[in-house]
Amino acid sequence: MRIEKHPVLEYEHGKTVQFTFEGQTLEGYEGEPIAAALHANGVRELREHHGRPRGFFCAIGNCSSCLMEVNGVPNVRVCVEPLKSGMVVKLQKGSGSLMGGAET
Amino acid sequence: MSGTLDSTGIASREMFEKLLPSAQRRAKGPYVVMECYEEIPCNPCSTSCAFHAVKMEALNKCPGVDYDACTGCGSCVSRCPGLACFVINETVGDGKIDITIPYEMLPVPQKGDIVDALGRDGFVVGKAEIVRVLSGPKMDHTNVITMRVDASLLYDARSIRV
Amino acid sequence: MKFTDVVVIGGGPAGMSAALAAAETGVRVTIMDRWSELGGQLIKQTHRFFGSERERAGTRGIEIVDILRKQIMENPRIEVKVNTDVLGIYSDRVISYEEGDRYGHMTAEKIIISTGAAEKMLQFENNDLPGVYGAGAVQTLMNVYGIQPGQKVLMIGAGNIGLIVTYQLLQAGVNVVAIVEAAPRIGGYKVHASKVRRMGVPIYTKTTVKAALGDTHVTGAVLCDMDDRFQLVPGTEREVEVDTICLSVGLAPLSELISHTGAKMHYIPQLGGFVPERNENLETTAPGVYVAGDVSCIEEATAAMIEGSIAGLSAAIATGMNRPDVLKKRDEWIEQLNILRSGKTGQKIRDGLALMAKEG
Repeated sequence: MRIEKHPVLEYEHGKTVQFTFEGQTLEGYEGEPIAAALHANGVRELREHHGRPRGFFCAIGNCSSCLMEVNGVPNVRVCVEPLKSGMVVKLQKGSGSLMGGAET
Repeated sequence: MSGTLDSTGIASREMFEKLLPSAQRRAKGPYVVMECYEEIPCNPCSTSCAFHAVKMEALNKCPGVDYDACTGCGSCVSRCPGLACFVINETVGDGKIDITIPYEMLPVPQKGDIVDALGRDGFVVGKAEIVRVLSGPKMDHTNVITMRVDASLLYDARSIRV
Repeated sequence: MKFTDVVVIGGGPAGMSAALAAAETGVRVTIMDRWSELGGQLIKQTHRFFGSERERAGTRGIEIVDILRKQIMENPRIEVKVNTDVLGIYSDRVISYEEGDRYGHMTAEKIIISTGAAEKMLQFENNDLPGVYGAGAVQTLMNVYGIQPGQKVLMIGAGNIGLIVTYQLLQAGVNVVAIVEAAPRIGGYKVHASKVRRMGVPIYTKTTVKAALGDTHVTGAVLCDMDDRFQLVPGTEREVEVDTICLSVGLAPLSELISHTGAKMHYIPQLGGFVPERNENLETTAPGVYVAGDVSCIEEATAAMIEGSIAGLSAAIATGMNRPDVLKKRDEWIEQLNILRSGKTGQKIRDGLALMAKEG
């Protein structure tokens, strides 16, 4: 959920853009991390690793919990990767492959 | 009783009463109570006081208030990073007192509002009438709110729920 | 190859202070940070800082960032490289990095490493479930991007970060069900604890989280009492309904790059884990390599900024800027740091530094 009013902060957002997650069209603000936009849309499960769901954790590109497939490229750290219009974001299953796409 | 504060985050009545000025001073008008019981490296209360009423032996000591100099103006209330300064005025009469608190939540109450007064554990201890609201750029989002409560809530009332 | 006087790696409070202190003496500085802007973790610190006036006490962290960024942008002797990951440090102080998509390298006469720290994990069942977040991550979501991490949060750890983030969750309109703390005492400043207590958040000491509940994301947590030896007390388990478990169980220095330099490292629990040996001027045992901030000692941002100033001046002095005014300024910062650490809350740091000196 987005915070509409805050007692101390005023948020500066980029323009609203559309992207897809698992084929579903979602909206977010341009430039915010992909993980933030997903979270604002209620998406908490970002990846499946060793058969278990994984999500956001460190928010500074450090922990590898949030690796996703973005525009066909696997292992993107979505907690630090800025959102752009038209991005195709997919849940990543397993480790990414150098040959493109995620290993199945 | 510091064990209590250490494990609960709540200062005991005894700890609070030790901070109070003389009965004579309390009867004279508003005064600050600095509920800063732990020695931490911090001194904006002292440096922000226009009346030089807050004495600190060293950066890591607790503040001491010179109640002859303190006017109860409340400028420290919005400057204290620990939100630990409160101004008390026991001279309003009618069995009531005014307690001035720092407040950084939404919504900010308006003068005249009747709200819940909260105790040190967040439970409702009574009703509070908001008698003054100071906000604006100078406070930098730490609003300074004065609530009027029953005099019996001198120790208890420390927050509000709007 | 490009050459400069001082390279600062890590643009948080320590690194920004280091770059400014060094550049003000007259040397050329390059500051590198992997994020798109300088500021490090200061960008989400909405609370007012402690300390004294000289360290901008009473000012919110988010405002300190603006001040430091402006000073850096206005200083012609400082080059800023953001979106820059430092890949390695080689002999003769060659630094290789990836700036955006471009590989580069440069040589520095002196290097200051101020890479900060990362959050520690806590072992419990289902701790990998989505909804178990680091406290810093929760701060980033709320305070930088304006997103609530959840609706009902359980905070693990009553140190300063746990207490401050709890308060910030309340400010963001999020319900914090409880703070649990394994130790018998609240570790953070009691003024922070009092702030969240009077807003209605209970603090349970000698309590920990035994498991997270949920299939695809957190739907609850199992709490359990702990005894004086930090062992779980069987039969005391109880469930709480939460959608987020926020971990604030300490920070670990990001000291990998320091290891690259061959500097001597020590394991000092009081300072946060593996930290480099350094002298009062913050020089490590690797010649020309200095450290500042959490990477060498987990402490408040106020201390990190003072350390940055000391390291920046030390690096500049070592390049030949050993004028009396520069030396005097460094002495003043060292004195200021000692004052900050002189009280009760600085005991742990003093113990850690003493232990390092003893190990030698």
